[in-house]
Amino acid sequence: METQASMDIQKLDSFKGVKRVTVEEYFTSGHRTCQGCESALVMKLMVKAAGPRTIVLGSTGCMYVANTTYYTTPWVVPWMHTQLGSSGSAGLGTAAGLKALMRKGKMKKEPINVIAFCGDGGGIDMGLSAISATLMHPQYNLLILCYDNESYANTDIQVSGASPWGANTTFSPPGKAHRIMHTRWKKNVAGMLAAGHPACRYVATVCASYALDMMNKVRKALSTGGPTFIHSLDPCPKGWDYDPMYSHELGELAIEAGIFPLYEVEEMKLKFYGKTKKIVEGRLKRRPVKDYLSRQGRFAHFTEEDIDYFQKKTDEMWEKWILPGVIPIQPEKDGGK
Amino acid sequence: MAAQTAGAAAAKATATPKSDDKEMLISGCEAIAHACRLADIDVVTAYPIRPYDTVMQMVSKMIADGDLDAEYIVAESEHSQFEIVKHASAVGARVFAGSSGVGWFYAFEALAVTAGLRLPVVAMVGNRALDDPGAFGCEHNDALAVRDLGWMLTWVETAQEAMDNALIAYRVAEDPHVFLPCAVSVDGAFLTHSQHLVKVPSKEKVDQFLKPYDRGSKLLHPDNPITIAPQVNEDWLIEIRKQNDEAMKRAQGVIVDAYKDFNRIFGRDHSPFLEEYMTEDADVVLVGQGTLAMPVKVTVRKLREQGKKVGFVRLKWFRPFPTDEIQQSLKRFKAVGVIDRDYSFGSPYSGGVLYTEVRSALYDLANRPLLHGFICGLGGREVTIEGVTEMSEILLKTKQTGKVDKQVAWIGVRE
Repeated sequence: METQASMDIQKLDSFKGVKRVTVEEYFTSGHRTCQGCESALVMKLMVKAAGPRTIVLGSTGCMYVANTTYYTTPWVVPWMHTQLGSSGSAGLGTAAGLKALMRKGKMKKEPINVIAFCGDGGGIDMGLSAISATLMHPQYNLLILCYDNESYANTDIQVSGASPWGANTTFSPPGKAHRIMHTRWKKNVAGMLAAGHPACRYVATVCASYALDMMNKVRKALSTGGPTFIHSLDPCPKGWDYDPMYSHELGELAIEAGIFPLYEVEEMKLKFYGKTKKIVEGRLKRRPVKDYLSRQGRFAHFTEEDIDYFQKKTDEMWEKWILPGVIPIQPEKDGGK
Repeated sequence: MAAQTAGAAAAKATATPKSDDKEMLISGCEAIAHACRLADIDVVTAYPIRPYDTVMQMVSKMIADGDLDAEYIVAESEHSQFEIVKHASAVGARVFAGSSGVGWFYAFEALAVTAGLRLPVVAMVGNRALDDPGAFGCEHNDALAVRDLGWMLTWVETAQEAMDNALIAYRVAEDPHVFLPCAVSVDGAFLTHSQHLVKVPSKEKVDQFLKPYDRGSKLLHPDNPITIAPQVNEDWLIEIRKQNDEAMKRAQGVIVDAYKDFNRIFGRDHSPFLEEYMTEDADVVLVGQGTLAMPVKVTVRKLREQGKKVGFVRLKWFRPFPTDEIQQSLKRFKAVGVIDRDYSFGSPYSGGVLYTEVRSALYDLANRPLLHGFICGLGGREVTIEGVTEMSEILLKTKQTGKVDKQVAWIGVRE
């Protein structure tokens, strides 16, 4: 019985230091993303890490509409659009097609990377079902990368299941009667996918503020094989309302405040890395969330009370969750008696 | 009774003196599964909904038994089912999927882009009423909903035709002059689940008819690093729509050629677009699609015994719509009645979809026949001899009076 990908996978070793990173680019000029767009950087690093023998599928979102305008394309590798909720199915269909054709001798045998990307709207809201289904198929090699800029940024910054609590978006504007229109806490997507999909051998969270780490997680995911998932937190100047020069810094602040933990789950083994690792090991104190929130216009309507609530919810992630930052289930204190 | 008669008709139509065909008693769903095996499909996706899903039970067993080598994916929804095969098709795989009723509608977004992308996905629709209220029975509104999008649509009458048209569907869809998806519509229960005698040809014969799928310069592969479906907006979309329009127009000729080859290789005598039944000297004819042909043919024979000159024209391809053939055929008759196993609420004269299309196709004729629309058999209700007799009598009366009293009538509805 076939339990895992039998087709050879590319072995992509980690880049040992920034000077060892390959110089070739596979996402180049020809796009029209915003100044300071971190997601465009994620695309560039993602495919740089994957290399030329890669097929990329892009679901609807900023990284579709702003990247590929007919008669121009930044993609040096083959690229195809897929529907908003279809990143999982696009990756699965592509991998299955290649696999069948190579096995049946209808296509030259070689390991080809398949990467399907989605934004938070496409991946964490609409496409979650298809991503979940895809992560259940051990026999297909593909990576799903979710670039999470915490709103439907392409359609005018509307609230998504990944938008942080209380954020001002065009669908959750603060008003006189209701200061907080977005009352949902951000969905814990990487934790949920890692915990619930036994066939998925690699899940990671990344932030392009740490570019080398980010590329190496992509390389590890592709080299692990089977269906894999990466969740990237991408500061968005337009949606988060800050000066485009601070994208890198805001990514760092999200990690340092413990709002977005960096970790990988490889073969069901959890490993924190970067500054998150230091936080978990007690070598770095989490910054107050206020340092992060106060830098962004989307939280400008927050009162001290709102900031305290945000801090309390963030503290819970680290102090009360059974797996701090990853799995929120808490044992009953009295042992259920 | 109905199945036996259809089986006999199919056997008669397909009888060839020296044939290595294997004769099998199988349902419409099983016949399409055999077409998938013979076409050597590469990727197939399944999701359960009645009544189409028997085809996937068959296909999965063929894979389990080693009779078919394909990636078999049970998706988590029809949307994913059709997205998966769409993307497999883009990298050069021959694919198959299918659905019924609201399941087909759940896939609607994927169906739209598959046609827009010119990907030759072949699907089976086991025609089923749309919920709500829930009903398993046959209606044609599910498949008809994609009629404007660039899907080719064919309706079949027998299990033999289901298998044959599935093979023809691959041939036409994968022709580089066409590159459009094709759905084979099989009436739910009446054909999905009733058995006919089917001549199943050898793989060698099918290979003569069906060349390997070659995506050519549109192949998504690192050796051909193209960007597919970038954002076009008002700069280019209308030109791209025009290309799809031209492809659908070309499909008409490609279908005719495919039938010529098919008949030669398999020893059949299928006509591509229309089947005419007792029309030579007919005064009035009924027009319809799918399995309602059976009760209509039986009724036509009975009426002929009474000296009433009634005939029947069965439409096999709804897209591309054979406008010329319909004109040439129907202009010969005094009155024509179009039977719809579908509805189109609020349409001209509140007629069915087929009625409206036929009416439109006849408009430019100098001598148009008088036209009636009949809506019947919805939700899988039997189209009866009484019902068809009622329709025929209306047409004969119109022929006499030379005037249509009421354009559209619902037949067999309890008052």
